[in-house]
Amino acid sequence: MHEMGIAKQIIEIATSSIPGGMEDIPVERVNLKVGKLSSVVPDSLRFCFEILSINTPLSGADLNIEVVPILARCNECKFEWTINEPIFMCKNCKSGSIEIISGRELDITSIELENK
Amino acid sequence: MEIKVIRKVLDVNNTMAEQNRKMFTEKEVFVLNVMSSPGSGKTTTLEKTLSYIIPEIKSAVIVGDICTSNDANRLATTGVSVVQINTDEFGGDCHLAAHVVEKAACNLDLDAIDLLIVENVGNLVCPAEFDIGEDAKIVVLSVTEGEDKPVKYPLMFRVCDAAILNKIDLLPYLDYNREEVLNNIRQVHPEMPVFELSAKTGDGFTPWIEWLKSRVKRKI
Ligand SMILES: Nc1nc2c(ncn2[C@@H]2O[C@H](COP(=O)(O)OP(=O)(O)O)[C@@H](O)[C@H]2O)c(=O)[nH]1
Ligand SMILES: [Mg+2]
Ligand SMILES: [Zn+2]
Repeated sequence: MHEMGIAKQIIEIATSSIPGGMEDIPVERVNLKVGKLSSVVPDSLRFCFEILSINTPLSGADLNIEVVPILARCNECKFEWTINEPIFMCKNCKSGSIEIISGRELDITSIELENK
Repeated sequence: MEIKVIRKVLDVNNTMAEQNRKMFTEKEVFVLNVMSSPGSGKTTTLEKTLSYIIPEIKSAVIVGDICTSNDANRLATTGVSVVQINTDEFGGDCHLAAHVVEKAACNLDLDAIDLLIVENVGNLVCPAEFDIGEDAKIVVLSVTEGEDKPVKYPLMFRVCDAAILNKIDLLPYLDYNREEVLNNIRQVHPEMPVFELSAKTGDGFTPWIEWLKSRVKRKI
């Protein structure tokens, strides 16, 4: 639903990351990390990015999304596991006191410029 | 050629939210972000809540809506200051962003209040992702929305500090499995308090009001 706004932010950050003097080199790819627990739907994000990037230096660039699994650690027994269902209780000791280690990412990691 | 970037996409919002948090802390104002799907009873719950806490807790409200001012008018009858934000002006957003809350807060006398309630835009997805500089987030879920919402929208139920299960006055008329919804909430966020109440009748408000008051007093 808010993928438009997110795509806009991505375009702003990616555009401002193009080094000076390289503005004319086409951007081939924008690499993103999106946590499985984030509110972003990769397909709608790609769609919004495609539309919003027209007439920007990112036009035609591929939005490459690495989906990051939800990793949790138990505060009681320190057990670590991957959460695949919406159950946020320790798989080992059933404690409800857990830390989400990863899965909420919404990060740009890099941009790739065309090699000339 | 690859150029490392490593930036959070929501950097701008997060930075603004931190600024808000600093401002609210300086002014000793506790900020509550209230979220839910449309119609689960945020405005009604807030009207009732305000009637129980004022004048003891000096309060104000920011209401986010896509394009009407109905909620603001309803809340204004409680006698507190209300600022309405129509997110339409900001591109019809499905959530309140931190800079929007900052702008609205500028229209309030923060020195005169202890509690600022923000009624977010009705939506269980986007508001969960956007920090506004609040001290606590709550989600209102009504018994007419089905038992599975907590597991369908786990991020919302994970990020919140408390949940309100509203409209319990309707339970006799529904085939609603109360145990199932409580179980679903517990699975997603085992340590979160859940307040079962009716914003219509006022039933069940005491524990909720106590929780809210103690959270506010801890800060101010
Ligand atoms: N029966 C009943 N109806 C309620 C209750 N709380 C809210 N409502 C009704 O639900 C509808 C939506 O409420 P509102 O507060 O506007 O929801 P919001 O969109 O989340 O702000 C209104 O018609 C309210 O009168 C409740 O506890 N019981
Ligand atoms: Mg409302
Ligand atoms: Zn454990």
